[in-house]
Amino acid sequence: MPSISPRQPKGKRVSSGVFENVVNPFCGTLCDDLVVERTEAGLKVVKNGCSQSVAGFERKLPPANPSVGGKDVALSKAIEEAARLIGKAKLPLFGGLATDVEGMRAVMALAERASGVVDHALSEAQYRNLKILQTTGWTTTTLAETRNRADLIIIAGSDIHRLHPRFFERIVAPPASMFDVTAPKRTIVFIGKGLDRSGAKGAHIGEVVTLACNDDAAGHIVALLRARLRGFRVTPPKRGGVTLADIDALAERCRKAKYGVVVWAPPALDFAHAELAVEQFTGLVKDLNQTTRFAGLALGGAEGAVTAATVCTWISGYPLRVSYASGAPDYDPYRWTIGRMLKDGEGDVLLWIASISPSLVPPPAKVPTIVLGTPGLALTAPASVFIPVGTPGVDHAGRLIRVDNVVSLPLKDLGRAELPSAAEILSAIEAAL
Amino acid sequence: MLIKLTGGKIYDPANNVSGEIRDIYVEDGKIVAAKPNARPDATYDVKGRIVMAGAIDPHTHIGGGKMTIARMLLPEDHRGDPVTRTELTRAGSGRSVPSTHVTGYRYAEMGYTACFEPAMLAANARQAHMEMGDTPMVDKGAFVMLGSDDYFLRQLAAKKDFNSIKDYVAWTMHAAQAIAVKVVNPGGISAFKFNQRKLDLDEEHVYYHVTPRQIILTLARAIQELGVTHPLHIHGCNLGVPGNIETTLATIRAAEGLRVHMTHTQFLSYGTEGDRKFSSGAARLTELANKTPNVSIDVGQVLFGQTCTASGDSMRQYAISKSAHPKKPVIMDIECDAGCGVVPIRYRDKSFVNAMQWVIGLETFLLFDDPWRIFLTTDHPNGAPFFFYPHLIRLLMDKSFRDDMLQKINPDAQAQSELLKSLTREYTLDEIAIMTRAGPARSLGLKDRGHLGAGASGDITVYRDNPDREAMFATPELVFKNGEVVVKNGKVVKVVQGATHVARPDYDKSIEKPLNDYFDRYLTVRMENFKLADEEIIGGDNGAIIVQPTAARAT
Repeated sequence: MPSISPRQPKGKRVSSGVFENVVNPFCGTLCDDLVVERTEAGLKVVKNGCSQSVAGFERKLPPANPSVGGKDVALSKAIEEAARLIGKAKLPLFGGLATDVEGMRAVMALAERASGVVDHALSEAQYRNLKILQTTGWTTTTLAETRNRADLIIIAGSDIHRLHPRFFERIVAPPASMFDVTAPKRTIVFIGKGLDRSGAKGAHIGEVVTLACNDDAAGHIVALLRARLRGFRVTPPKRGGVTLADIDALAERCRKAKYGVVVWAPPALDFAHAELAVEQFTGLVKDLNQTTRFAGLALGGAEGAVTAATVCTWISGYPLRVSYASGAPDYDPYRWTIGRMLKDGEGDVLLWIASISPSLVPPPAKVPTIVLGTPGLALTAPASVFIPVGTPGVDHAGRLIRVDNVVSLPLKDLGRAELPSAAEILSAIEAAL
Repeated sequence: MLIKLTGGKIYDPANNVSGEIRDIYVEDGKIVAAKPNARPDATYDVKGRIVMAGAIDPHTHIGGGKMTIARMLLPEDHRGDPVTRTELTRAGSGRSVPSTHVTGYRYAEMGYTACFEPAMLAANARQAHMEMGDTPMVDKGAFVMLGSDDYFLRQLAAKKDFNSIKDYVAWTMHAAQAIAVKVVNPGGISAFKFNQRKLDLDEEHVYYHVTPRQIILTLARAIQELGVTHPLHIHGCNLGVPGNIETTLATIRAAEGLRVHMTHTQFLSYGTEGDRKFSSGAARLTELANKTPNVSIDVGQVLFGQTCTASGDSMRQYAISKSAHPKKPVIMDIECDAGCGVVPIRYRDKSFVNAMQWVIGLETFLLFDDPWRIFLTTDHPNGAPFFFYPHLIRLLMDKSFRDDMLQKINPDAQAQSELLKSLTREYTLDEIAIMTRAGPARSLGLKDRGHLGAGASGDITVYRDNPDREAMFATPELVFKNGEVVVKNGKVVKVVQGATHVARPDYDKSIEKPLNDYFDRYLTVRMENFKLADEEIIGGDNGAIIVQPTAARAT
């Protein structure tokens, strides 16, 4: 057995304290200005919280023990059984992947060693972007750039306020920005009628415009906008309450913008071939960059999705959906989709990592399932092996990569519970193979 | 542990050793003076072999966000070059933007023991170091980019006290764990965000009203006065633009005697002569640089085939997006700090422009007199992937081979290559050893790397002498890292983790007060989280940090 500290979940650790500059690992935008207090009663977000961070940090962990076949066992036994299941598998599947950089490094090493497949639970959403990146390229920007520079922000078909409760406060309507482009006030355009617009207010917010189409028609509306910008005649939109005049008015705003940002969140674009909507958003940016400056900003990225794709890319050469069955990475974003493989009876064991939020449950699987999960993970069926693991940035230190693909942040150990990290368990399983 | 290499022909230009037969002793990872009476624990008979220090690449894009964007963008780049896991080594992918582990293995298998990432964004430093942490075998280090970051530009525009600018430069080097500073299209990356599409040396940034000349002078002076060994690493204005040789010459003159390093000059040495208004500026560049001792250069040689350009120069990368092959450029504006552009390119020998780029690079190598001031680079992967180095070395060492290759390029480019045809110079092994070892080590301030004298680390490469220099440099017989054999006959036999080299000039800690205010007011990361702690590299990435000395701060 490798030497990992045989830590069992013992509930909270004793000492209390206040932590500043805390990163919120429960959202892809990784706000890092939280103040979190630890007392006997648990963690409390005392400053700069949001519904997601409060829910995440303040959740009381139920007791959880390593188990095999539903029976509590010593951690070493659970690791042994996990290694046995993976060792005898012909094609193990490594899914979920809600973990930090260190966890991803460890799962990549294990997947290589065990000739398995790696894919993240939320890859389907990320692939709405990746398909377009890999086909046409794109021009994008980052959070700080948008915060300081944008004079026109177009929210395209995605309920950003619901997904990222502090995005408007921190990025769209901050109290100060660096350049005087915001002096004539920032214009916010919502494309979609079901989007929460309540965040679009503040001293520097000017007009708020809504093109009230169905949210899944945003790509179609942007396609019409691109056509009008090129001077084409188009058939007026049939769906929703958007007129050609609305589109022409937006075209004029786009032409006049100094730095426009088109914001979308792939998880919100949950309909067939949503990548074609993304292609319109990035295409709009491309068209307008010929004369002014525009950039895209894709959000989402919860559950360590961006971290998983990034680390997988630098280690294997490909952003997830990689199989090591042959010993070398084989990339196929259709074939090596773990959700599809489980449905179609492919693969013979599933290792699922859900160390961040308790809702990231594995899909129904007929194969033995090893779960490395945060205590309280709402499993719908008992796992063959369950090993409770800590949440990065709460129970142990770590690092995550932010949704805009550039910034990564250090996560603190806030000392909530004595739980091993996913990386420690994965390395122990690899060593026990 | 004492090891001995017996009977090798030593090329160690830093210690004025040229092809002498000598024994080398390495004790506990360090080269030591001869110990003829000691009994070594292991002896390697390298009679007739050519022995050099491990090679050092001072400019290779191996770590950081833009490389991973390039990897993500180009599955087709990797598909043809899958790398299988072995008992010893990790799986991955090769070709022009290889996966991190494969990058480390292949550099080592080519006799390299240190690689420096030249374009680390401070905002992306954590990821750059994590990627380098997953690049085994070689030592690493990174140059942090400054000059288009808004904090610096605001200070410059406000004519802030020069000392506080110096403090900021030093603070950034500490925060990002850098060994040197690079400026890329000075001010231009920022100007592009304001929709400026070009920025010449004396042209004003539309918002800050400062010029690239001011930026270069300020940074070059700051670095020199901070005592940082490697001079300001300059990727100049107008990269890739026909006629940019004028800008490049003006930039060298603009340095006013300050030490500067002009990087990948091939992309910055274009004239406008000839029927196609595109010609070589190599003769003019080298004429000036030869007589300007404060200037060093690296070439950024273009070699033919598919690759991917990846640069911080978002302005110029956007401009060349039209030439992307395949057609999928990526451009980014980044964090009020910098930008990047990732544009896949296929250099074709039958293309006039690509062939001229090849010619210009070679002319630069052959016309530059002082091998201590020129480094062998392809600006991996921008001019060509690093695995072309042995081919490039042969082009430089073998005139008849060079002439054969010249026969294959675009006929119009051949017709414009009378100068290259007339150059009979063939680089010597001494000169190659300077350009790939001693020179970069001296320039970067790596006291114990790039040479084989007592006190140097036991990073040693042993080649079988072979008149085909490409074959010789492609497959070293032995590579030692810290005195251990890590490569045999061009294959990794032991995996080691290299160290990370940094430089830490002094600064006044009170700079953190205004910086902290700036971070809080404008940015989306707290200053405390922006800084990369030693522990992240040492514990998080299983690495080690070597702090290279800096000179005393001057005023």
